[in-house]
Amino acid sequence: MAVSQPERVVGRRRLLRWGAALAGAAAARAATGAAGRTARAASVVDGQAWAMLVDITQCVGCRSCVFACQEENGWKGDPEGQQLDGERWTAVREVAVKGSEEPRFVRTECFHCLQPSCADACIVGALRKTAEGPVVYDAGKCIGCRYCMIACPFQVPRYQWDQTFPLVAKCDFCADRIAAGKQPACSEACPTGATLFGRRDELVEQARARLASEPDRYVQHIYGLEEAGGTSWLFITDVPFEQLGFARVGTTPPPQRTRAWMQRVPAIAVGIAGLLAAAHVIEGRGGNHA
Amino acid sequence: MRPYWRPAANSSGSALGAVPAASGSERAGLVESIRPSLQAAGPVRLAMGLVVAAALVAAGYRMIYGLGAATHLSDAWPWGLWKILGVVAGIPLAAGAFVVAAWVHVFRHHGYESLARPAVLAGFIGYLTAIASLFVDIGQPHRIWHPIVMWQPHSVLFEVCWCVILYTTVLALEFSPVAFEKLGWQRAGRIVQHFIAPIAGAGATLCVLHQSSLGSLFLIAPSRMSPMWYTPWLPLIFFVSSVAAGLAVLQLLAWVADRVYGQPVAESIRAGLARGLTGVLVLYLAVRLGDWSLRGTGPWRTSWGLEGALAWAELVMGIVLPLALLLAAGVRAGGQEWRVAAAAFTAAGVLLHRLDTGLTSMREAAWLPYVPSAIEWLVMAGMVCAGILAYDWVARRLPLFEHGREAAR
Repeated sequence: MAVSQPERVVGRRRLLRWGAALAGAAAARAATGAAGRTARAASVVDGQAWAMLVDITQCVGCRSCVFACQEENGWKGDPEGQQLDGERWTAVREVAVKGSEEPRFVRTECFHCLQPSCADACIVGALRKTAEGPVVYDAGKCIGCRYCMIACPFQVPRYQWDQTFPLVAKCDFCADRIAAGKQPACSEACPTGATLFGRRDELVEQARARLASEPDRYVQHIYGLEEAGGTSWLFITDVPFEQLGFARVGTTPPPQRTRAWMQRVPAIAVGIAGLLAAAHVIEGRGGNHA
Repeated sequence: MRPYWRPAANSSGSALGAVPAASGSERAGLVESIRPSLQAAGPVRLAMGLVVAAALVAAGYRMIYGLGAATHLSDAWPWGLWKILGVVAGIPLAAGAFVVAAWVHVFRHHGYESLARPAVLAGFIGYLTAIASLFVDIGQPHRIWHPIVMWQPHSVLFEVCWCVILYTTVLALEFSPVAFEKLGWQRAGRIVQHFIAPIAGAGATLCVLHQSSLGSLFLIAPSRMSPMWYTPWLPLIFFVSSVAAGLAVLQLLAWVADRVYGQPVAESIRAGLARGLTGVLVLYLAVRLGDWSLRGTGPWRTSWGLEGALAWAELVMGIVLPLALLLAAGVRAGGQEWRVAAAAFTAAGVLLHRLDTGLTSMREAAWLPYVPSAIEWLVMAGMVCAGILAYDWVARRLPLFEHGREAAR
């Protein structure tokens, strides 16, 4: 174990940045005058990936986002439902708030973690964080083990329990639309700007500006900035996050815990095999015994 | 020739030709033709067979109508009885196979050889049962082969999957000489025997990895689990407890060999198993107490409730009580009953710890309750019965017990 853990991570990050810079340069050359918001190859780490900012103070609970999501994906489900399910990848929960006559409306969907637990858990690599930002799902690979559902710190992935051969169901951040240079259906449909699409860096700045502009109104915390190592979806609110049902997940990316173990596995394997071989030889010297 | 269904008083064990149905009347109907077999099976085996048949129907229902219709799993409870009891709790019970194989073939303690064949057979059947449990549990059973070609080396489940595939192969290899002996393929048997030490060593290595990794599976879900059971030490706890459960099951297998098959296992072996289990239980107790103390939790720190009661049960019923029984067995002559009781409590304690880790600890995070459905219980019971029947079937036909006794002579 000559290489210590932090150095390795920094090394990888540097590599990623390097790769991102190269990819960016290549994309800039290739995209000769491509109009609109084209999703360019960007490193997740440098904050240039796509993200979403949800300002709960601006949500009026119209559920346009839910309707737009269901239309985009070709479902006719019940958009009023408060919980996610196989055909409701985003839901709006109405939360009564102490000391306020107005309820709050809280959007739920996949948070698109920067280091997704689901992707690290997935036994076949069906879940994957793209450089553009979305965590996407390859239904053709999935064996249905549901480890992603156990692993997700936000308990987002749902399962098609009504199907004989069910698949995992979760928001894919409209990865196809983003690839086509469009913004996701939900943010496009939002009439109040409560759901804002943009680069993560810019949205973080935007969120900070809002928190600073009305410090007495906003809770001074951007949920998703560091939660579970950071997520592509960011939330700001005027009511404490716990009251709105946001999970307390800490800032350590959960995959770090399993990666630390998985990195030890080869060494453990070699060590145990070596010890057993040594024992076999040593025990052999004394002849057979009971 | 003694009928195959009746336990042998002597050790002649090979009565393959004595299946009554084989010599039945030629034109008999189906019921007529199987009647002698049914009578021969005896009430216990018949009942188990019926459970297996019912479980097959239940599993068929699950395959046709899906998990949602057959189970009480939900988005709040993605993993239930089949994965937690059938795999996470079931696999450590099969750990005796790697312990005894390594002890005999790697560490050269050939006095334990008479236990190797029953242990490897039980382990092999145990792993096949766990794989069957996974097969009914996953949503896309026809894609169960995907992890073989679609690699995801960051996934703990991927590592567990590969270890289980490879180790099941090792178990098949380790058991193959028994089948070769029966078939009279001496050369094949000799080839396997020649490589048995590296095979057993590889098997033990794979077991150290996946027995601990079954615990590492849960490392990724800290916010979902109760601090009573979520700990960075999960891999260590799972490995140590798997060795305890494995040794306990070996003691139970020795008891079964004596009581059911009339093949008493040498006192030196049973005493050795008890000594080994005592040592491992002391280590397990230290690990559990150390983990709870260092993290400032433990059953003595929680108010009484389901969690506290179950954690106390793990500690007292699953570790302290068997230790006391083993110590009592040590000071008394002929304390075999005490050892068997200790083994049973140890195995139950490990089972309970796995169920608590995978189910109880996730209660707080789940927004719905989970009680396994009748189909889930039935399929589980069917797999257990099928495993017992399979062991019994092989035990009555193949030279399972004689081998080691000759070798030990």
